[in-house]
Amino acid sequence: MASGVKPRVKVPKTAAAGEAIVIKTLISHKMESGQRKDKQGNVIPRSIINRFTCEFNGKSVVDVKLEAAISTNPYFEFEATVPEAGEFKFTWYDDDGSVYDTAKKVAIG
Amino acid sequence: MKFKAMTAIAALAVSMPALAFADADDDTLVVNGEIEMITKAAAPAHLADTLDEVISGWHMRSDETQIMQADDFDNPGMIFVEQAMDDWNTVNGEKGKSCASCHGDVEESMTGVRAVYPKWNDSKETVYTMEMQINDCLTDGMGAEAWKKSGAKMARMEALISVQSRGMPMNVAIDGPAEATWELGKELYYTRTGQLDLSCASCHEENYGNHIRSDHLSQGQTNGFPVYRLKNAKLTTAHGRFKGCVRDTRAETYKPGSDEFIALELYVASRGNGLSVEAPSVRN
Repeated sequence: MASGVKPRVKVPKTAAAGEAIVIKTLISHKMESGQRKDKQGNVIPRSIINRFTCEFNGKSVVDVKLEAAISTNPYFEFEATVPEAGEFKFTWYDDDGSVYDTAKKVAIG
Repeated sequence: MKFKAMTAIAALAVSMPALAFADADDDTLVVNGEIEMITKAAAPAHLADTLDEVISGWHMRSDETQIMQADDFDNPGMIFVEQAMDDWNTVNGEKGKSCASCHGDVEESMTGVRAVYPKWNDSKETVYTMEMQINDCLTDGMGAEAWKKSGAKMARMEALISVQSRGMPMNVAIDGPAEATWELGKELYYTRTGQLDLSCASCHEENYGNHIRSDHLSQGQTNGFPVYRLKNAKLTTAHGRFKGCVRDTRAETYKPGSDEFIALELYVASRGNGLSVEAPSVRN
């Protein structure tokens, strides 16, 4: 498991029904490309976030495949409509098998 | 004066966004919708003969980069601040203490600190940078090993401490016992170095606002340091930046943490007296 990985999301606490809200996500992650070598000359294995998903009440909002050229600390900003009160669930998948997730509730108001 | 005229032209150019202007723009910086930053201020008295106005490097950046600094979620430098917060609370060294053991809540104890550093240290009888103070705390106060000068841990701790002073105007003292160091810093600022024969002033005093390579020269203010640089996705300390600048003149550089850079840090900080502490700022 990569060190210093921490998911962060910014979601408004409330929204009007049917409103499109802006969601910002960022995960601190080294995004080791697999191209670098350590001091002994051994290749450092690739360890990047290869997939990011966001679901709202179990329904997919975005499902992103990430490739090796994505920078360190990948940041996503997108809009989602909120039909009803519920919970956004965010999941990041690491090459090394680690899965990081977090969730945020949105109320209608 | 020439500069003011050019600013006026830049203001006219706002309606023609296709025109890329190098000069400082007239945008205003408000962080998180609440901290209003002073990004332009009347030049401090000791600069009365050279500059009318001191300008944060924030004004020299593109709108996209500027916006990143206006929200802590968008500012990648804040990731390092969070990491430093963990360091702050982590017990380190033989005495079983963390930063918090003595200083408590960083938000209370470190307010205003960044704005007055570097400053004269009475007991050590020399000018102290925040870095020296942090290392003193580590070695003497905590019985831990000192951190590498301008290293990653040091940069992020400086960033954490700086955040507590965001929005406060820089106000380093240049008179009294610090004066000799300040004079040395001033001398270094105007000393040309390297094969390119450039001093700090050659770029940052005589040519700010103009292009250098594909970038715009700032006044070289330190109010935003440690700064998050997009080019290497890391925090850079003032000494790290000084080293880069001197290297770019094709000279052998002074070392981060050297007496020369400490003096230069004090002098350059004094050139920005009046500008808000912005750290961690976002720059190219």
